[in-house]
Amino acid sequence: MQTTNDTSRRDFLKWSAFTAGGLVLGFKWADAEASTATVFSSTVAEAEVAMGHYLTVGTNGIVTIFSPNPELGQNIMTSFPMIVAEELDADWKQVKVVQAPLDNRFDRQLTGGSGAVPHSWPLLRKAGATARFMLIAAAAQRWGVPAAECTAEEGFVLHKASGKKLGYGELAEDAGKVPVPATVTLKDRKDFKLIGTAVKNVANKDILTGKPLYGLDFYREGMLYAMIQRPPAFGTKVQSFDATAAKAMPGIIDVVQVKNGVAVVGKSTWQVMKAKKALKITYEKSGNIESTADHDKIFIDLLNNGKATVRRKDGDVEAAFKDAAKVVKAEYQCPFISHSPLEPMNFFAHVKEGSVELVGPCQIPGSARTAVSKLLNIPEDKITLELTRLGGGFGRRLYNDYVVEAAEVSSLIKAPVKVIWSREDDMTGGTYRPAVRYRFEAALDASGNMTGYRLRGVGINSGNPTREHNFPSGAVENLLIESVEHQSPITTGAWRAPITNFLAYAEQSFIDEVAVAAGKDPVQFRLDLFEKAKAKPVGRMDYNVNRMIEVTKKVAERSGWGTKAGVIQGFSVYFSHRSYVAQVAEAVMEKGKPVIKKVYAVADCGQIVNLGGARQQVMGAIVDGMGHALFGKLSFKDGAAEQSNFHNYRLIRMKEIPQVDLHFVDSGFDPTGLGEPALPPTGGAVANAIFKATGKRLYQQPFMDSEVFGGSGKKTF
Amino acid sequence: MAIFKLTVNGKQQQVDVDADTPLLWVLRDSLHLVGTKYGCGMAQCGACTIHMGGNAVRSCILPISAVRQPITTIEGLSANGDHPVQQAWDEVDVPQCGYCQAGQMMTAAAFLKTTPHPTDEQIASAMHGNICRCGAYHRIHEAVKVASQKK
Ligand code: FES
Ligand code: FES
Repeated sequence: MQTTNDTSRRDFLKWSAFTAGGLVLGFKWADAEASTATVFSSTVAEAEVAMGHYLTVGTNGIVTIFSPNPELGQNIMTSFPMIVAEELDADWKQVKVVQAPLDNRFDRQLTGGSGAVPHSWPLLRKAGATARFMLIAAAAQRWGVPAAECTAEEGFVLHKASGKKLGYGELAEDAGKVPVPATVTLKDRKDFKLIGTAVKNVANKDILTGKPLYGLDFYREGMLYAMIQRPPAFGTKVQSFDATAAKAMPGIIDVVQVKNGVAVVGKSTWQVMKAKKALKITYEKSGNIESTADHDKIFIDLLNNGKATVRRKDGDVEAAFKDAAKVVKAEYQCPFISHSPLEPMNFFAHVKEGSVELVGPCQIPGSARTAVSKLLNIPEDKITLELTRLGGGFGRRLYNDYVVEAAEVSSLIKAPVKVIWSREDDMTGGTYRPAVRYRFEAALDASGNMTGYRLRGVGINSGNPTREHNFPSGAVENLLIESVEHQSPITTGAWRAPITNFLAYAEQSFIDEVAVAAGKDPVQFRLDLFEKAKAKPVGRMDYNVNRMIEVTKKVAERSGWGTKAGVIQGFSVYFSHRSYVAQVAEAVMEKGKPVIKKVYAVADCGQIVNLGGARQQVMGAIVDGMGHALFGKLSFKDGAAEQSNFHNYRLIRMKEIPQVDLHFVDSGFDPTGLGEPALPPTGGAVANAIFKATGKRLYQQPFMDSEVFGGSGKKTF
Repeated sequence: MAIFKLTVNGKQQQVDVDADTPLLWVLRDSLHLVGTKYGCGMAQCGACTIHMGGNAVRSCILPISAVRQPITTIEGLSANGDHPVQQAWDEVDVPQCGYCQAGQMMTAAAFLKTTPHPTDEQIASAMHGNICRCGAYHRIHEAVKVASQKK
């Protein structure tokens, strides 16, 4: 995605660059009704080039499909067009995918919440089916045969009775004259040819040959580079600065103060990086200055004395605990972690007289534009935003601070500029996964049934760190879930599988503890609870019990749970982002330390669109979940992060990954979330396997700090 | 600032930069060869891996003044994007976000030259220094294996 023609930016795209005329269909994605589809003639299309939400069948037979959502490795640029192409019966080799710029006429143009495919599934199918209907109608007309006698296959319409055959390209002009059908019939799942198969990433060629795809690669003639020195400690701000030395350095054009710090602007990245270090800045206090040691005390205080918000209450919890034969109680804690997508934050901005051009990687382009509009007081329709590929996101690029910074710097220096964050800026600059601590309590009756359950979650800027309508809610008569939040200047935000990425580990470890205390097999213990929730559900349940049961049984079967002598296994199952994933982790002891060798995973995410991409998402999520549970930790001293780069912030590497045995359940549901749901259960399965291997519960992340790995065992965050 | 001459992907280049400028930024900012990526700037992640005289080197800590041998970047790994490693990476469909992959492939290509028939352990050790934040390690491992089986 490199742009060259400045004057065309208001038009977003030159139609002719993507299509050779033919059938040009626009859809109102927000409305699943095919009647809202519109046919454009090529001339109209040329004039209405901003019409983004469309698909074209060119006279050359090329099918062009716009992918509106930001691509950060979830492979949406491949799976979206697959859905359209399936219903269109297009020849996949003739399908072209184009990353769309921000356009109001797209619906839900964002990446987050594992929601894109579930949301767009019916709309994309209708788009494909509508075009197919019109192409068939055009062929039938030309041949003088009923449309019902015609079929479509790999980019051709066929009339089998007479052996006639026409390519989509030859029919495209005529199809454009066919009235848009009010309704279309979608395929039966069993007739899918493309959906459910493994299709390679459409961007492979460009990625593998080093093409300029990412925000950091974007270059515009005359563009300047900028880096910002932000206050190193949360709770401080710039008081004054001396830029004399920095300004005297080669290549430096200007040094300006911005809301978030002091920006150094120059002719190359390296010169700006060096000059930034030469800035002399004095900071002053603007809020609380906190350290990790303070947070540890705050957690204990909030757990014991905090004024909690009740999230859910069923039955009589007090009585259940009073009457209990046994009470199990445990606390779990997770530190802040950084998103650290491998491409650091960056954005290009060119603020001109009354208009703005933005280019770069972000997950919610619409809100980035709104934020820039507010800052500069320039109407949104005068701001364009072109999306580049994202070098990872993990939630970090949901926040638009770096986009706004770029616009601010450009407006001050009156030049096109790219703001770049160093790795250190990125890691110390906030929007972390919040640190949290949980206190769980379970009441068991004499036969080991869980009759009461209490959870209090406390966290730093964590909002509600519970998921009160998830399991075990629904399976326990007496239940209380509450939370307390501590407000801090340390900025936090959504991190891949927000909340559940740590809650699932804590809860699935605790349930394991309860099972052991009840003298039951951990898998059977959960199955009993699921059966109970099914037979006599208590209150609201956001999860489908049958799907929980199915993935649980399947993973037990595939992993040989409880049947393999001498194999140490830990189990976990979790529902998030509308999907269900169960895992069994296998541990061995090597040199006195546990090592996770294998993870069995069974996922029910409804209909799989791209099997290759789906496997990649789940395996990546397991690696990610295990890596952060083992190593991830960001601690604070006097408001400043103590880790700054990958030398002291450890990420999982190749020798540390487990083998993965992955199976998808075909539940017959439409697609549900996939980018996130396999991550939450991993920490729990790993912790439970390590418990079986060592007899030690892991009550805190990162696991590396535990004595089973030779750590201190003390809280170190 | 000073003039430096270097050979990149078989082409003579001349740049006017500070002597301490890492090769990474010379490639990216001066020569607009942006396939080589910035991930950490301190030799921790491998995203910036290039070949110097055929060896895998981290360009983020290599000052331009220390460059004395020909440089190959991902753009020059093959003429048509069909180096065995690139082919294998496509066949195995490795990339997720894709940002780390140039560095992964440059590491793998240099490794396979010295170790044409690697064991699984050798592959894991050779690739251990390259971070993939997306966690695509299983496929990276498999792709190195597939590449080693190509001629
Ligand atoms: S950027 Fe050079 S090793 Fe990370
Ligand atoms: S594919 Fe995203 S960092 Fe490796």
